[in-house]
Amino acid sequence: MPRNVFVTGGATGIGQAVVRAFLDSGDRVTLCYRSSQPPEDLLQHERVAAIKLDVTSSAEIDAAFAESEERFGPVAVLVVNAGATADGLMLRMSDNAWNTTIETNLTASFHLTKRATATMVRQRYGRIILVSSVVAFTGSAGQVNYAASKAGMVGLARSLARELATRSITVNVVAPGAVATEMVLSLPDARQAAIAKETPMGRIAEAKEIASAIAFLGSDSASFITGAVLAVDGGLSMGL
Amino acid sequence: MDQQAAFEKFKECAVKVLGVTPDQVVPTARFAEDLDADSLDLVELVMALEDEFGVSVDESELEGVETVQQSFELITGKME
Repeated sequence: MPRNVFVTGGATGIGQAVVRAFLDSGDRVTLCYRSSQPPEDLLQHERVAAIKLDVTSSAEIDAAFAESEERFGPVAVLVVNAGATADGLMLRMSDNAWNTTIETNLTASFHLTKRATATMVRQRYGRIILVSSVVAFTGSAGQVNYAASKAGMVGLARSLARELATRSITVNVVAPGAVATEMVLSLPDARQAAIAKETPMGRIAEAKEIASAIAFLGSDSASFITGAVLAVDGGLSMGL
Repeated sequence: MDQQAAFEKFKECAVKVLGVTPDQVVPTARFAEDLDADSLDLVELVMALEDEFGVSVDESELEGVETVQQSFELITGKME
């Protein structure tokens, strides 16, 4: 029986690679997207339900879950991947840049996991993977909002992991380093080169290298892993 | 709905959510000690009762609710 895998930010980058990874495992995927249009092959896929969703609206989250459950049954796997940045040095960071980043990355994680676990608890099964970032641990100049939101996701995940462990629901975090997505490729070349140089493996990641770790944590092979933070960063954060 | 019918409905919910037998769900039964329910079980039960009885229970109202009778009164008290 194929599972229903709910992925936010599924149109591009890591999210799109996650959608493809779960499709490869035979699952059905609810692909949520906001600003970027998903590629045609995924929109046409018989095991994909594409739903437009602004994760900062809990009402839209409720509606998206209802539509997803209607199509593919209860959500068994939730991948919280949608994220936003609004970079700038803190002395010049607006309240709006702080608030929108926290809302999109952290508050949305709360609403999404809350909605998903309401049914997972009844099913006595669930896999939740939150996509954080290596900057949750290293910090990042110009990203106090983003780094704080991504560190917050770790605390959320580990607390939730404790609450739901007895129901066979696992909650884990993947912390990518720099990945070849629009977010990183739009940085100046010199900055990209500097990131690659700091990384022991000497390069930035492909989105599918992050997706395969997420697919593993979402699989039955990872049944005894919960509350873990899996760094997928070419060694960038080791020791932290 | 009379009290008896309401209690039967309550009992059905408890049996389904807590995985206990109907004869265990008596008014004096304590959730933790007699029905082996943890805090998450109780949250699940309250959510099921809210759906079933069409009522809404605030977290603060659950303070001190330890027995079947107490929770039954809390739910049915909201039905008027």
